[in-house]
Amino acid sequence: MVADHAPGSGARIVGGRVFPVLVVVLSILVIWYAGAVLLNRAWVLDQAQRAGVELSVGEVVAQSWSQERPRLPAPHQVVEDFWNSTFGTRVTSKRSLVRHAWITLSATLAGFGLGAVLGIMLAVGIVHDRTMNASVMPWVIASQTIPILAIAPMIIVVLNSVGVSGLLPKAFISMYLSFFPVVVGMVKGFRSPDRMLLDQMHTWNAGRRQTFWKLRWPASMPYLFASLKVAVAASLVGAIIGELPTGAVAGLGARMLSGSYYGQTVQIWSALLMAAILAAVLVALIGLAERVTLAAMGGRA
Amino acid sequence: MSAAIVPVIAIWLGAWWANTRLSAWAVSGWARLLPPLLFGVTLLVIWEMTVRVLNVSPILLPAPSAIGARIVSSTAVLREDVVQTFFRGALTGYVLGCGAAFLTGILVDRVPFLRRGLLPVGNFVSALPIIGMAPIMVMWFGFDWHSKAAIVVLMVFFPMLVNTVQGLAATDVMQRDLMRTYAADYRQTLVKLRLPAAAPFLFNGLKICTTLALIGAIVAEFFGSPTKGMGFRISTEVGRLALDMVWAEIAVAALVGSAFYGAVALTERVLTFWHPAQRI
Repeated sequence: MVADHAPGSGARIVGGRVFPVLVVVLSILVIWYAGAVLLNRAWVLDQAQRAGVELSVGEVVAQSWSQERPRLPAPHQVVEDFWNSTFGTRVTSKRSLVRHAWITLSATLAGFGLGAVLGIMLAVGIVHDRTMNASVMPWVIASQTIPILAIAPMIIVVLNSVGVSGLLPKAFISMYLSFFPVVVGMVKGFRSPDRMLLDQMHTWNAGRRQTFWKLRWPASMPYLFASLKVAVAASLVGAIIGELPTGAVAGLGARMLSGSYYGQTVQIWSALLMAAILAAVLVALIGLAERVTLAAMGGRA
Repeated sequence: MSAAIVPVIAIWLGAWWANTRLSAWAVSGWARLLPPLLFGVTLLVIWEMTVRVLNVSPILLPAPSAIGARIVSSTAVLREDVVQTFFRGALTGYVLGCGAAFLTGILVDRVPFLRRGLLPVGNFVSALPIIGMAPIMVMWFGFDWHSKAAIVVLMVFFPMLVNTVQGLAATDVMQRDLMRTYAADYRQTLVKLRLPAAAPFLFNGLKICTTLALIGAIVAEFFGSPTKGMGFRISTEVGRLALDMVWAEIAVAALVGSAFYGAVALTERVLTFWHPAQRI
């Protein structure tokens, strides 16, 4: 997922990429609208039959795109609900999507930060300490076979009963999900300088600390950003799932759950849209930080 | 209380020291498995001791022995849950999703326009919280395992697609030119050169998807399920504060997940024995 920063890539994107992507996105929208008609048609026809009205094809289509609780809301309904609950309501209101998004985002960022720090520290230990490499690394991998998302309810309930509630339990789940890609990526990154470079440091009589700060750390930067991108996406998923068992109080996960309880499909979709936007923005921000850092290091600008 | 914790710390330090010696000595073959094994056993022993010494309530953290006893005593329930969640939900979705992604990947590779258009979209979608679609799938496909399989299909599709397309691009011009000099057509080149060359990428995708599949199937059950399944059991037993059952379910999930991953990894070893990464 390392972005291509070759010179002239901008021109190539405009010439060769935007058009195909647009076509694909457009066809997804067309399929979506068609799917909305297919899935919602039954209800419209049923209503019409009960009222004893014959509907033309145009009317069936129009009505299946404007139901209150459709099986599949049309894109414009989702965007409308998204717009209304984002900009149309006060931020303090319970219906405000901004408020819910902020609650999820804060847990995501807290967990992501903790996970990244924990991951880097573990990687430093694994690279420098033989015992940790032999005994901890297999368990780091094994830790990911526990479907943490599946035990999120337990973590939330247990932490709640010892008095920890609110942001921290969700951040914990995010942390658990996000430390793993960082450990794996950073171990690879810290080990990326080859024998030659390490020998060079050795001839300069550099200590472990100097080797770390002057060689291993800078060398690991591309790996760091690649794994941070994966980690932040995982962290967002963790925060959303962490909100499910708390009784659907607040956050994007809670919006989805309450939407599924009350059949408010449009609400689920607009929460999904918000989650997608958050994920895209977070990944893009890390991509930006990557570009700035690598450029400042005089690397592949 | 503070005096009672001393033996726990002593065992921790002792095990750490033993492990230092062990990892310096065990460098090859089966002996390499010893340090992580010792680490795991130490963890379990310390867990058990801490729970007993500090009298931790079983509602907060049950001892490993209690969890083990629970696994033994409710094997039938656990087996039923595994069948429902893993074999019906996760495995069906995994096969359908990875299969569809593989075929789409070949199509995308054949049509350069799709490659330029669909791949960025696929990369973008891979970063999205697709698991949030679970309530919608439950609404469309009902409470039973079909909705779980559907969400698994959605979750595994894009990671697998991206890996397939990357894998099919893994051959270099020289090799493809050689195939052309042999007068090989598209099908022959695909089957004899490009698919084998793509195998490491394909298996990478398949391995990533094993974890995704299990997680998707379990989490989808939180949004509604029949009265069986691992996700259902976890969420109801948490409500009843029967944490030993929850931990038993987690242990089984970890076991099933590891076995699933291991099976795919083993298949990779057998099928791609020729690849440098496998020649150890």
